Amino acid sequence: MDYVANFISVSLYEGLAYGFVTLGVYITFRVLAFPDLTVDGSFPLGGAVAATLIVNGVNPWLATLVAFIAGICAGLMTSLLNTKLRINALLAGILMMVALYSINLAIMGRSNVSVLREATVFKQTAQIFGIEPTTILTVIFMVVLAIVILGILNWFLRTEIGLALRATGDNEQMVRGLGVSTDMTTIIGVSLSNGLVALAGGLIAQKQGFSDVGMGIGMIVMGLASVIIGERLFRPRGVTTILFAAIGGSLVYRLFLGIALRLGLPPNNLKLITALLVIIALAIPYIQKKVRGEWIPPAARM
Amino acid sequence: MSKNQSLVKLRKVSKVFLRGSVDEVTALDNVRLDVGAEDFITVIGSNGAGKTTLLNVIAGVYPPEKGGKITINGQDVTRLSEYKRARYVSRVYQNPHIGTAAKMTIEENLSLAMLRGQSRGLRIATNKKCRELFRSVLVPLGLGLEDRLSALVGTLSGGQRQALALVMATISKPSLLLLDEHVATLDPQTNRIVLELSEIIVQKEKMTTIMVTHNMEHALRYGNRLTMMHKGKIIVDIHQKKKSELSVNDLVVAFERASGERFADDSIMLRNVDS
Repeated sequence: MDYVANFISVSLYEGLAYGFVTLGVYITFRVLAFPDLTVDGSFPLGGAVAATLIVNGVNPWLATLVAFIAGICAGLMTSLLNTKLRINALLAGILMMVALYSINLAIMGRSNVSVLREATVFKQTAQIFGIEPTTILTVIFMVVLAIVILGILNWFLRTEIGLALRATGDNEQMVRGLGVSTDMTTIIGVSLSNGLVALAGGLIAQKQGFSDVGMGIGMIVMGLASVIIGERLFRPRGVTTILFAAIGGSLVYRLFLGIALRLGLPPNNLKLITALLVIIALAIPYIQKKVRGEWIPPAARM
Repeated sequence: MSKNQSLVKLRKVSKVFLRGSVDEVTALDNVRLDVGAEDFITVIGSNGAGKTTLLNVIAGVYPPEKGGKITINGQDVTRLSEYKRARYVSRVYQNPHIGTAAKMTIEENLSLAMLRGQSRGLRIATNKKCRELFRSVLVPLGLGLEDRLSALVGTLSGGQRQALALVMATISKPSLLLLDEHVATLDPQTNRIVLELSEIIVQKEKMTTIMVTHNMEHALRYGNRLTMMHKGKIIVDIHQKKKSELSVNDLVVAFERASGERFADDSIMLRNVDS
């Protein structure tokens, strides 16, 4: 029983933490229609910044906040490359992702930094309530944080700026025609997205006890997998349900991976499983249509 | 602004595409145009005459060639980007998909349009008061959209989307309205509804309007001033009094006289059949 409870709670907090990555990916890919690959670099950036600051004695809450801001800066760079230098969105993201690899190494000074013996936001929360830093506490911490972030995003996407941001991904020409700089909305969206991703990186590094330069590999595929799973399972309509679907997709995805691992799958195969999961999720509607003999649009490049 | 001053002025406005290549096209050739505040100008001309380029240059999609100058309300906007010019200029395109956002609701689309050219902040975009206003501007369309404020725009028909695009272009009352063959893709009945709506809104809000059309009947029936373009130049410009006496045949004659060519564009003639 303990075993099952532990398994579920680990899936829960991981699902919620990586859920912030999913929200970030959702904002770029779905809301802005900006295929941003910076994510693979901004996730370890968050980890690197948080871990390095904590090791150097900075308050873990402040370190986590700085990780979030560092992610915003990474997203800002990508969006500036795209909007001000007119570099293709895909390429701008890849360039930043590659650049961030070196930047993350430079921040940490080596390929990984341990925070096992350091203060973390989880340990400090436990201290405040005078209890042991258990997994259950981490889950509660993540649930509260998820509610706060979902609340803020749900509000933001309904504001005047938020509406313009959503319209940018839907109909860029119309948005410009209505007097909104689509450069501005793109910059805001991509920055916010990478901020969330780096925040997740900072939290994961503190929970697992170390930050590693390779911890971001495949993060974009994972985020996309979660977005797609959420969309397929929950068929969301409207801002609020879409946000919950993104988090929900991340939870389901973690549960899947958790089960695969418990069934004896070597951890080295995780990325392969992730890629297969995305392929299956994307191919199912096509195969369904094929079987029903429905019309299928030609393959899309984007 | 004094009464006889023009709202929009174009001076020496030219536009050349693919300059220096074998495919070089002079889309606008030294155009001079004064649009009075009370004008509703219709623009006709065959394909490639420069009508859409004229609207693009006024809307700021791209600047004119060096030496050209565009002023709106006396302000030089020649180098002002499209989104900054949107404060003064709104536009309804031929394709209803361009004027509306499919994945957002009618209410959200109108909220976006209401803040045309204004700075946007962190206030919630729609509220009860907005919704009342939206209903009141949608009722005159007679399409029942006022009861479907939370419907996604992607679920509307082309005609409904174009009517919505028209409302979105006019809800914030910009000084200049550009209609770019905005009924060309609609069926004859919707076509007439949207055109009549355009006229009603233009008259009610006293908006200065430039309407590009391929349909000579429409060009004659609507507006107070008719211009004809040919090879990037405005070759005919007929004002109110004379315009009301014109027929399609007169237009053809005017075209031949002004351009020095025989009128041979079947597409313009044929379009009159379904008007």
